[in-house]
Amino acid sequence: QGKFTLLRDTRTDGSFLVHHFLSFYLRAGCKVCFVALLQSFSHYNVVAQKLGVSLAAAKERGQLVFLEGLKSCLDLLFGEEEQPGQPSPLQFLSTSDLRALFDFVRVSLTPAGGDSWKSPVLLVDDLSVLLSLGAAPVAVLDFIHYCRVSVCCQLKGNVVVLVHGSEDSEDEENELVVNSLCHHSDLILWAEGLATGFCKDVHGQIKIIKRLSLRQAAQQDLVQIYQYKIQDRNVTFFARGLSAAVL
Amino acid sequence: LVFTEEDKYDLYSNLLFKYFLAEGIVCGHDLLVASAKEHPDNILKELPAPLLDDTYGKELGDEAAAVKSEDFQDSMKIAWRYQNLPKMEASPTTYTKFGHYYDISKKMSPELYQSVKWHSFYLHEELSFEPKMKTCNMNSGYARLLQSIQRIISQEGFDGSDPQKKQRNVLRIGIQSLGSVLWGDDVCCSDTPEDMHSLTKFLYVLRGLLRKSLSACIITVPAHLIQNKAIMERVTNLSDMVVGLESFIGSERETNPLYKDYHGLVHVHQIPRLNSLICDVSDAKDLAFRLKRKLFTIERLHLPPDLSDTVSRASKQDLAGSAKLLSSGCGAMAMGKKHLDF
Repeated sequence: QGKFTLLRDTRTDGSFLVHHFLSFYLRAGCKVCFVALLQSFSHYNVVAQKLGVSLAAAKERGQLVFLEGLKSCLDLLFGEEEQPGQPSPLQFLSTSDLRALFDFVRVSLTPAGGDSWKSPVLLVDDLSVLLSLGAAPVAVLDFIHYCRVSVCCQLKGNVVVLVHGSEDSEDEENELVVNSLCHHSDLILWAEGLATGFCKDVHGQIKIIKRLSLRQAAQQDLVQIYQYKIQDRNVTFFARGLSAAVL
Repeated sequence: LVFTEEDKYDLYSNLLFKYFLAEGIVCGHDLLVASAKEHPDNILKELPAPLLDDTYGKELGDEAAAVKSEDFQDSMKIAWRYQNLPKMEASPTTYTKFGHYYDISKKMSPELYQSVKWHSFYLHEELSFEPKMKTCNMNSGYARLLQSIQRIISQEGFDGSDPQKKQRNVLRIGIQSLGSVLWGDDVCCSDTPEDMHSLTKFLYVLRGLLRKSLSACIITVPAHLIQNKAIMERVTNLSDMVVGLESFIGSERETNPLYKDYHGLVHVHQIPRLNSLICDVSDAKDLAFRLKRKLFTIERLHLPPDLSDTVSRASKQDLAGSAKLLSSGCGAMAMGKKHLDF
C-alpha cells in the first residue's frame, strides 16, 4: 500500500504490463482510476476480457473510473462550450496546465459514501503522451508528485504509471521525466527488447527492480531479470536463456 | 493510423499513398484526400488502374514460371482490415484473394473514381475559412484539416451517429506530406522548431477521430527532413503502424551489388497491437521494394550468391556490414546496435 510503481519500456511495447495491473487490481477489489491516454476503451475491454475481467461491468458498479483520453479530447475540441464549473481533465491541451487532470484523479479516487472498495489505485497509460501534447516535463513531474501525495499518502493507495523511453533516446524531455520517476519509484518494471534482435519465442526481457534503498539507507536495490513471451491470453516468464523453445 | 516515412525524393511513398487510395475506390469506400502540395483532383487522376483478376493471374503465372521456385518471391499485397489498419502479408506462393492489384502504367478511369464519394482538402483553398473549433495552440493548417475531417465523419455518419443509415461504409483518409513546410509547420526546418507540439497534437486528435469512426488513414511524412529526433519518437508512439521507405537513389547503396535488384528498403518500425496482448509479427524482417514497369512489389531481401572471384576484402566487409544492419532492422521488437562477433 502506498507504493509507486513505474512501468517502463524500451524498444518494445510494455502495455501488457498495464493490462496485467488493470485486471489484477480490479480482481482484488480496489477502486481504480484509469487514465487511458493512448488507446480506446474497447481495446482495453477486449484484452481485459481475455484476462478474465469485464471493464464495462466494473464501470457500471463504480469500481472503475475510466478517462478515455482520445474521446475526451474530441469532446474538448469539437464539443460545445463546457460549463465553467467543470473543466475538462484534458484542458492542458490548450492551457498546458495539468491541474484539471489532477483534480479529476483526486475526485474520482476520494471515497464517496457507500463505497466498499479497498484501497484506491491510479493507473496511467502513458505518461509520455502528456509531453507530446504540450505539457512541460516539470508540469508532468508536478502532476505525478501531487498524485502521489494524494493517492499514496493521504488515501493509502497505489500508483502505477507507464512511460516509454530508452537510454539512448533523443527525447531529452522524456528522459528527464523517466529518470526522475525512476529515482522516486518503489518498484520498477522495465520491459526491454532483446539486445540481440528480434526473436519469435522470446519477446523481450523484463527487469524487476525493488527499490529497497528508498526505504532504508543501507539497503541495496534488488534486481531480478526474466525473459518473457507474450501469448494471446497471458504472458509466460522464464529465466534468461531457458525459453521453452530452447529447452 | 499508418505513418509512412517518405523516401528522399518522394517517389515511392507517393506510390504507396496512391495504392491506398486506389484500393479504397475499388472497394467502394469513401475517400478523403488532403494535401498541401498537389491539388487532390490531380492526385485522383493519377491513381493506378486496377487489374482484372484474370489478366493479372496470367501474368503472374508467366513470371512465376520463369523464376526459381525456391526464391522468396513475395508479391506485394496490401491487405486492408476494416478496423483501421493495413497488415502486410507476405505469402510466398499462394495468392490469396485479399486486396487488389494495380497496373501503374495505366491511370484509373474517371468513371471508376467518380463512382465513389470523395472529399478533398487542399490547404491553399481552405485558408480563407476561419476554423470554428478551439485550436489548442495547434498550427492553423492542421486545425482546419481536423475540422474538415470531423465534419465529414459526422455528416456522413461514419461514427455511427446516424442510426437510420443501414449501409455503413469505411472512410479512407490520405494525408500527403504532413509536417512539411507547405502545411505551415516548421518542424522540418530546424532542430528546435518554434512549435514543437502541433504535429503530435494533430496526430493525437486524428487518432481519436479514427478510433471513434470507421476510418483508416495513411499519412506520409518527409521524415528525413525532420531533424529533431525526439519528435519522430513521439510520433511513432502515437501511430499504430509505422513504415519507412528508403530509396537507393543518390545514395551509395545504389551501386552496392547487394541491392542491385531493388530500388529501396522497407523498414517496418512498428506494427499495430490492437485489441490483443500480442501483435502479428511476420518472420520477414528485411524487406526491399522494387518498381517494375507495371508493378510495385515488396519482397524479402535476400543476398545474391557471391559468385565473383575478385571480390576484394573491403567490399566484402561492406556487404557484411550492411547485411548486419538489415537483420537488426526491425525496431519494433529490438534494435541491436552492437555488432556481434562470430
